[in-house]
Amino acid sequence: MTSTDDLIACPRCDALYRVREPATGQRATCQRCHMVLIAPRRNAMFRILALSVTVLILMVAAVFLPFLSISVGGFSNRSSVLDAALAFSGGPMTLLALAVAALIVMIPLTRVGLVIYVLGPPALGYVPLRAAASAFRLAEALKPWSMAEIFVLGVAVALVKVSDLAQVHYGPAFWMFAVLVVILVFQDMLMCRWSIWKMLEERRAG
Amino acid sequence: MPLVHLEDARGKAGGVSSRVTETEALTALDAQLVACTRCAKVWPLGKARCDRCGAPLESRDLRSLQRVWAWWIVGVFTYIPANLYPMLETRTLFTTDKSTIVGGAIKLATSGAPGVAIVVIVASVLIPIGKFIAIAYLAISVRRRSKTSGRLRQQMYEVVEYIGRWSMIDVFVVAILSSLVQLKIAASISPGPAAITFALSVVFTMLSAQSFDSRMIWDRIEEDAK
Repeated sequence: MTSTDDLIACPRCDALYRVREPATGQRATCQRCHMVLIAPRRNAMFRILALSVTVLILMVAAVFLPFLSISVGGFSNRSSVLDAALAFSGGPMTLLALAVAALIVMIPLTRVGLVIYVLGPPALGYVPLRAAASAFRLAEALKPWSMAEIFVLGVAVALVKVSDLAQVHYGPAFWMFAVLVVILVFQDMLMCRWSIWKMLEERRAG
Repeated sequence: MPLVHLEDARGKAGGVSSRVTETEALTALDAQLVACTRCAKVWPLGKARCDRCGAPLESRDLRSLQRVWAWWIVGVFTYIPANLYPMLETRTLFTTDKSTIVGGAIKLATSGAPGVAIVVIVASVLIPIGKFIAIAYLAISVRRRSKTSGRLRQQMYEVVEYIGRWSMIDVFVVAILSSLVQLKIAASISPGPAAITFALSVVFTMLSAQSFDSRMIWDRIEEDAK
């Protein structure tokens, strides 16, 4: 244990504090810039794990089940989430297709996978896996690029545009996607980064 | 949620306990330490990598402003064609209609969906332009004296970081429409070239905002207060 172990510096403004761990449900913020530094929640690890597994299942199912379909006159067409992503095909549009698929499916899926990898073993009482720290760092770096919730709002806008052109039918994947986006928000609210890093550090040493 | 105040790190060292204020706080740099911006752990100055989370350590990233401006410029340059070229090409029985971002929003507003038109305008015009202005302002403000309080600028930065991603909504709308509306001769929608440049512009501005080291705002305030 070095002398800097009981210090915490605000990542936003660099103000230095001595750590005094708040009780569960309380939070410690930076007095200068008001960034929340520590906010432990009751039984957080297990709850985050449970929500992540739920998102994983919903996401995998939502990718394969029908998402939306439309019909007008005798014509109809159905589309899955992957179809939406891969709508951009041919030439430079292919790149965009891959990017969209990554933003709405692959990155959110990777993030919950990483969180399960990081928190799964410790939540069940085991030692964290060897690459847990790098996995959690990657999950954090990917956070701004996970855009499932933006996709859902995009769907709402698109439906308004289509509604006067044709009739729209909702598939099961549509509802799954809507639910998983809400779960992702809760999962993020439960996550206290500082507590997770501290846990990974302590349990690795022990 | 109840708040807990963390103890100012000067408390015990200096003997006199003092409060952290906007213009005065003991920073990690003052204490010859370097903070990990990923996990908030503190290390002696000069250490290259955080042993806890593995992120590279940098007390003040002096080249960060160059990166901010570089991404900002490509972001602006890709945003221009995004507004000039069509975003969507709609083919119905006899007509082909190419609409740009603004053109599409106007059409929505006149066809009885003003609410959605506002969402589109906010996400694809107001947010991107507001972001360009906000990032430029922040990057300039850390170089010169600024009367705006640090907290306000910090909030501005957080809003920019949080809201920038939402511009991607228009690209998703195009993706959904193009995959869904494929009704042979009756109607079909395909993406226009603006979809690509717009998506690129959103990505570049996100990278520009991420490159900004907000600790510079606070350093400057302390300096100016002296």
